[in-house]
Amino acid sequence: MENFFVEVKGIDFAWKPHLPLFLNFWWHLKKGESWAIIGPSGCGKTTLLYLLSGLIRPQGGEVRIGGVKLERPRPDSALILQDFGLLPWRTVMENIALGLEVRSFYGPDGLHAPKRPLPEAPDALVDYWLKRLGLEAVADHYPSQISGGQRQRTAIGRALVLGPDLLLMDEPFSSLDAPTRESLEELTLKLQAERGLTVITVTHSIEEAAFLGRKILCLGHPPHREPVVVEGPPPKRDHPDFYKVCSKLRSILEEGRR
Amino acid sequence: MKKEQLSLAIAVLLVLWYALSLWVKKPILPPPHKVLLVFLKEITGGMGRHLLWSFFRVFLSLTLGILTAAPLGVVLGQSRRLNQLLSPFIYLLYPIPKVVFVPLAILFFGLGELPKVLIIYLIIFFQILVLVRDQAQSLRPELILSVRSLGAGRRALFRFVYLPATLPAVFTAIRQSTGTAIAVLYLAELFGTRYGLGYYIYLSGSTLLDYPAMYAGIITMSLLGIGLYVGIDRLERKLCPWIVVEVTR
Repeated sequence: MENFFVEVKGIDFAWKPHLPLFLNFWWHLKKGESWAIIGPSGCGKTTLLYLLSGLIRPQGGEVRIGGVKLERPRPDSALILQDFGLLPWRTVMENIALGLEVRSFYGPDGLHAPKRPLPEAPDALVDYWLKRLGLEAVADHYPSQISGGQRQRTAIGRALVLGPDLLLMDEPFSSLDAPTRESLEELTLKLQAERGLTVITVTHSIEEAAFLGRKILCLGHPPHREPVVVEGPPPKRDHPDFYKVCSKLRSILEEGRR
Repeated sequence: MKKEQLSLAIAVLLVLWYALSLWVKKPILPPPHKVLLVFLKEITGGMGRHLLWSFFRVFLSLTLGILTAAPLGVVLGQSRRLNQLLSPFIYLLYPIPKVVFVPLAILFFGLGELPKVLIIYLIIFFQILVLVRDQAQSLRPELILSVRSLGAGRRALFRFVYLPATLPAVFTAIRQSTGTAIAVLYLAELFGTRYGLGYYIYLSGSTLLDYPAMYAGIITMSLLGIGLYVGIDRLERKLCPWIVVEVTR
């Protein structure tokens, strides 16, 4: 039997009183993979991400990560939301340090923070990520004073400073201009390879799904029962397969709309 | 506001006052220099003690108001059910001018410190409660979710989100209620006390007919209000530096 890292086992979920989004939905993925989830708005892709993050729980079935049933947010998973995730009253540096502060607030209890000891030099870790993400110059700025790209890099720093093994992202770059978006997508792939991260990115952009997803989960109209998975192209926009995959995704999504 | 502008405004007001006193030419409106001399003499003498009593009453009411209303506001802002239960009461009680309770408070609690502090406390309590509740309610769900995903439970959410998010609302509430609080303080100090600026002003004006002392008392009470206002402003700048950034952006 194959060893899966994230296992979605027959989940049912509905935002009551609305119709169900997932009915006995099964989906598995392995450690170190990079996935994209694509679908039209309202299809339940963000809901799936929240289910994977442990912020909400399915009404039936279960989600297991690393073999453990998910009952609450898992300390080694990191979640990055499209916007508003940064605390406006904290500077860039303080935002990046937030997760570390929450951890030292509780101590390594295995519930709010992993059981392993807390990092010995949290300040040095924060400094490392400030430098790595090119945020040193704005370290003392508040989120309202920096650009959208810098904000999103701050959110990435806040997630990665905790050394997660699973990175969940909800439309992380959709509010950014094209060059900023592309450079952050490349950075994401680089960090993913370097850290052996498992990455799941929710997006409505076909191009982004093809670039970030070595495997792409397509969600059409709910309720979802069977996962529709497309193999992603190599992450090169000028590769001939890139456009093939993009048009394939487009036809799947358009079919789902009919 | 620049210091020069402020000094200029003070100078203009003093000149107007002086001109008015020359025109009226009656003991009930002494010229400013006469009042200032009395003020300087009295503030280190008898009036100083009255000032301390008034300050103590406002400070106590403020502290109690912050300690009780701010946490309750956060809880109401977080819990929709509790808020639904209590908001009709708040809706009815909040707009009542609390000053009308002064005679009642005296009837029920006598002439001691309790009724005076209680009334000022009530004014501050409702102001803080409503503003903090609204602020806690308006926090974006994305913000809460992202901090929860970092491992924060209820306690950490309070410490890292609700407390800093509602602190500016507490300051705004205090700033909005100091004026009313000082006005009510004056009224409350007319009854059943021999200490406090309200008592001092009333005694100097209507019993002793010492008008310069009465004006000195009025100035001191105004300074108490301004001092509180400036103090709150300073404290907010220190504790909520991101607000200053947002305003000047």
